Amino acid sequence: MSRTFKGRVITPGETTAEALVSRTGLNTLASYQSALMFGDKEVKCGDQNNNDLYKKPMLNKALCLPETIGSTTGGMVLYCAAALGKQPACMLFSKEIDSLAASGTILASVWTDVEMPVIDSLGEEFLDYVQDGMKISVSSDGSVTVE
Amino acid sequence: MILTQEQQALLDGEKGETIAKVMKTLVMYGEAFSAKRMVPITSEYGHSVISFGISVMEPVYDLYEQLLSEGAVSKQKFSADPRPLDKNVPSNLLQNIVFKIMYGAQERMEKQLEEFGIMNDDAYTCACYLPEVGNAPGRGEVLSWAESSAVVYANSVLGARCNRNSGIIELMGSIAGFVPEFGFLTDDGRKADWIVEVRTSKLPEAQVFGSAVGMKVLEEVPYIKGLDQWLGTELDESVCAYLKDFGAATASNGSVGLYHVENLTPEAVDYGDDLIRENARVYVVDDAELERVKNSYPVIWKNPDAKPKLCFVGCPHLTLQQLIDWTLKVEEGLKASGNKKVKIPTVFTTAPAVLKEFNKSEYASRLEATGVVLSYICPLMYMNNPLSKKMPVITASNKLRTYTSARFNTDAEILEIITKGAI
Repeated sequence: MSRTFKGRVITPGETTAEALVSRTGLNTLASYQSALMFGDKEVKCGDQNNNDLYKKPMLNKALCLPETIGSTTGGMVLYCAAALGKQPACMLFSKEIDSLAASGTILASVWTDVEMPVIDSLGEEFLDYVQDGMKISVSSDGSVTVE
Repeated sequence: MILTQEQQALLDGEKGETIAKVMKTLVMYGEAFSAKRMVPITSEYGHSVISFGISVMEPVYDLYEQLLSEGAVSKQKFSADPRPLDKNVPSNLLQNIVFKIMYGAQERMEKQLEEFGIMNDDAYTCACYLPEVGNAPGRGEVLSWAESSAVVYANSVLGARCNRNSGIIELMGSIAGFVPEFGFLTDDGRKADWIVEVRTSKLPEAQVFGSAVGMKVLEEVPYIKGLDQWLGTELDESVCAYLKDFGAATASNGSVGLYHVENLTPEAVDYGDDLIRENARVYVVDDAELERVKNSYPVIWKNPDAKPKLCFVGCPHLTLQQLIDWTLKVEEGLKASGNKKVKIPTVFTTAPAVLKEFNKSEYASRLEATGVVLSYICPLMYMNNPLSKKMPVITASNKLRTYTSARFNTDAEILEIITKGAI
C-alpha cells in the first residue's frame, strides 16, 4: 500500500530513493563532518546524539526529518556535501524548513549542478508513517509517495 | 518578494553573473520563509562562522575565489570564528602532521577573508561581542551574522536582529548589503513559543540548563521565568558571561536563536509577558530535570573510565572576568589538594584581544604558574583531528561535547579533576 503526501517545494526535482528517517532534528555538522573529512564513501552519520541515524549511510538516501539543528556551519556543510557529490537523494521535512537547511539546499541549487529535491511542510503524519527502507518517489509538484 | 529597483537590477545581472547569483541565493532564501522584502544591514560589522581552512571544504574556498574574482567583497568589515591551530596547545608529532594536512587550506582561506574585509588580525573569535573585540551591535540593529552562539547572544542579550544564517549566506548578505526580512527580524518572530519555569534549588549550571532548554524547544523561542531570582535584574559582566554559555548550549543542543529572560534581557524588560504567544507550552526545569539531562549525555570514549588526557575550558571563548575567576579557582583548588600544577593538561581558550588584555594583568603569570595553557583556538577544530578524537578529553562546554568525543563535566567537576587528577 502506498500513501502520498503533499508538501512545499524548496528546490525542485524528481527522484526515487530509499527512505532514511530521523525522528529528531538532524544536526548537520555533527552528522556530516566525519564522513566528509575522512572521505567516507557511504557518508555514514557521525552524530552520536541521533539514535535513529548514528553510523547509518546517508548517501543517496531520501532523508526524512523534522528539521535540522545545531551549528550555523550547517548550511555550508550541506553545500559542501553537494559540491563533493555526497548529498542525499532528496531531503523531506515534516515541518517548515529551518534557516540552516534552507541555506544549504539553496546554495547547492544555485552554485552547483547537483539536483537534490527538497520538500518541506509534509506534516507530522508523514514522519509517523515513513520507515527506514521504504521506497520514496518525489515529484516536481511537491508530492511525495511512500511505499 | 518585492525588490527595489536596485535589487532587481542586481538580480538581472547588472553587475555580472556572480552578483546575480548572490542575489538569487538571497531571494530564494527569503522566499523559503515568505519574506516580503529585503532590509538593509544596519550593524557596523558582520561576523562569519568560517575561519578554518580545512581541506575538505575546498568547494567553499572555490566559491569565495569566484566571488572575489568578480569584486564581490563585503560592504562591512567583519569578525570571524577562531583559528583552528596554536602551537601552544599540547599535541604530539603525529597529531601535528595530521593538523598540517587537515588545515592545509588555512593560509588560502585567511587571505580570502582579508580580501573580503576582516576587521583585523585579532578578529578571530566566536565571542566577537566581547568589549575587547569590539563587535557588539546595538539594540534593534539588523545583522548578517553566522555562528550559532554569537547569533543567539546578539539577539537575546543585545537585542539586535539576526536570523540563524548559515556560513556563506552571512557573507553574501554582507556583500549585498541587505538581508531578507523574516524570522527574528520581525516583531512577531521574536515572540516566545515556550515558557520555561525555573524551579531549581540554586543557580542552574549554565551549560546544562542551556542544553535542557535547547533539547526541549529546538528552534523555538523560550521565555524564561524564575532565573532572575538567581541572576538578579542587571546585565552585568558575570550575568552576560552566564548568558553567553547558556545561549551557546541552547543553540548547539537545539537550534535556539533567541531567548528572553524575565526582568533581565532587554525585550523581556520592556514587554514582559506580552512577548509570550497564546497557548505557549510550559517546560518546568528543576534539579531532577537537570540531573536527568546531564545523565543522558553519552560518553563515547573507548574506555569510559580512562583518565582524561586533556581538558578544554572556553567554548564559547572565555571573557576576561571568567579567565580571572578560573585563575583564582585553579589556584585555590591546587592549594587545597597540595599540588603545584594541574594534574591534567588544561587549555583555557579566549579571544586574541582578551588574551592580550589578560596578559597585561597580574593573573597571567599566576595562571601560567598553575600549568594551564592559554590559547585563542577553537577547541572543536582541535578535536576534529582523528587522533584527538581518540583521546579522553574533558570539557566544561556542552557545545564541544555535542560536536566531538569530549566528555562533559560541570565547572566544579572540571576544577576537581584538573587540580586533584580525579573526582
